[in-house]
Amino acid sequence: MLAYLIFTLTIGGIYALLALALNLVWGGAGLVNLGLAGFFAVGAYASALATGAGAPILIGWGAAILAGLLAGFLVTFATLRLRDDYLAIVTLGFAEIVRLVALNERWLTKGADGVSGVRAPFKAELGVAGFNFFYLTLVAAIACLVWLALRRLDLSPWGRAAKAVREDQELARFAGKRVLRIKFEAFAVSAAIAALAGALYAHFTSYVSPDHFQPLITIYVFLAVTAGGVGRPLGALVGGYGVVLFLEATRFLAGMTPGLAPVQVAALREIVIGASLLAVLHLRPQGVFAERPPKAPRLP
Amino acid sequence: MTPLAQAILNGLMTGALIAAPAVGFTTIFAVLRYPSFAIAAHATLGAFAAWYVNTRLGAGVPLSVAVGFLFAALVGGSLEHAALRGLRGAGALTVSIGSIALNLVLENAVRFSFGNDLRGYDLPLAPDLRFAGLRVGAQQIETLVFAAAIMAAVFIFLRYTRFGRAMRAVADNPDLARLKGVDPERIAVAALMLGAGLAGAGGVLIGLDTSIDPLTGFRVLLSVFAAAVLGGLGSIPGAVVGALALGVAEELALLVLPATYRTGVGFLAILLMLTFRPRGLLGERAV
Repeated sequence: MLAYLIFTLTIGGIYALLALALNLVWGGAGLVNLGLAGFFAVGAYASALATGAGAPILIGWGAAILAGLLAGFLVTFATLRLRDDYLAIVTLGFAEIVRLVALNERWLTKGADGVSGVRAPFKAELGVAGFNFFYLTLVAAIACLVWLALRRLDLSPWGRAAKAVREDQELARFAGKRVLRIKFEAFAVSAAIAALAGALYAHFTSYVSPDHFQPLITIYVFLAVTAGGVGRPLGALVGGYGVVLFLEATRFLAGMTPGLAPVQVAALREIVIGASLLAVLHLRPQGVFAERPPKAPRLP
Repeated sequence: MTPLAQAILNGLMTGALIAAPAVGFTTIFAVLRYPSFAIAAHATLGAFAAWYVNTRLGAGVPLSVAVGFLFAALVGGSLEHAALRGLRGAGALTVSIGSIALNLVLENAVRFSFGNDLRGYDLPLAPDLRFAGLRVGAQQIETLVFAAAIMAAVFIFLRYTRFGRAMRAVADNPDLARLKGVDPERIAVAALMLGAGLAGAGGVLIGLDTSIDPLTGFRVLLSVFAAAVLGGLGSIPGAVVGALALGVAEELALLVLPATYRTGVGFLAILLMLTFRPRGLLGERAV
């Protein structure tokens, strides 16, 4: 039971990172990234392959962040000048392409078999239980660090400019903000955080395969951010942990419903998740931790 | 020469399959101004409704296509209206995300009722037709005829009926249309039903071509988007042209690429189009 709880909370930390990434780009600059699962996968594979080739784990994580940045630029290169709905379509496509490449380029990713034996840091020294506890703490610490950094960013001039872009691009441009550049930066940094989450995931489970990066992940993260509070990093952090606990709770609930086939149980869980997202959007679109725009400084 | 001609022919066939959902998607976009991801679920709903009347009640293909259209329009379209109406004030992206959630709910309602197994329609077996060294399945010809008939019906509806004209007026200039006494809410419902119905009919055509399962719609979603973007978001003739162009591009690319990368072609087409001609072949402004 304890092992299960530790596992769930570690995954919760990884979702918290994904939620923080989405919140930066959506709550910050008002862009959607429906390809979050794709960036998550890019990071996981980048680190798994780099460390598999002999690089130290920290270098692997660095490689993941770099790969995320690059993928972010690739996706936004063509679309950021256009209306925001184009970005939604392109990012969704990106996640599918990442899965296709992971499935088909067997020389690189071993296809559907996946990359196994991804090195887990200090697992030999700490033993299984010790490693799980260590990793739970590590992921939580990284999530908190990213949260603090993003909160700081949120209150910085850059964060204010990003929110101006979110509210009204034309006005922001008129006020001399470099709209396109802010969007690029927000998207790329967000992609890098999602990729880092992927790397942490790969070294926790020691195994990555295309099946781990279903588009459903992106929906979970959207649920985490909307329920937590769009535009507020604290909401994303709490929402990430919350959504994983919620997912596990639906597992128990669906399991208790008598007379259902396993496929029906799985379908019921996803119905509950979709309906929850709709309910949050309708009933409390500002989330649990509503955004608190700081007061404008009084000019002398 | 023959493989090339065969590839183009196959491309037109596959393009015709996604033309109806692409027109549905672009109709909803033109009137309501958000990309609806629930199009995937509408296609699946239509495909399963048609499968039910076809295999359980023995309906023929034309009736099955009509049932697929009606079921997706009445159930999918009205659910989309009910579930997302309240979000429209919050902006297109919020509605879009709502449509993803709705898609998840509908797709899993189908999975809950029918499971994940592949299902095929009851179709009479017919030998392939051959001419000039080219090969076409008889079923494909029938599917192509249906796709063409559906397109023709949509054009007549939009061009000559009061409702169709009102819909185009709202798509063109919502404020002016309201000023002229067009009720935007009724037009929104009509656009959603038409869009969902077209997706449903498209789902049936896809099912006739291969087989169906709860992911039938989601699997073609990217191609549907690509067709609509290629033709220009919001342009109905554009969506048809885009679908055919995409089908041909896919088949031609598969002459040199492994078949598993089929959806990759759609993504590449979107990227190239948005880089060089963002408003698409026949579309409006995209910035």
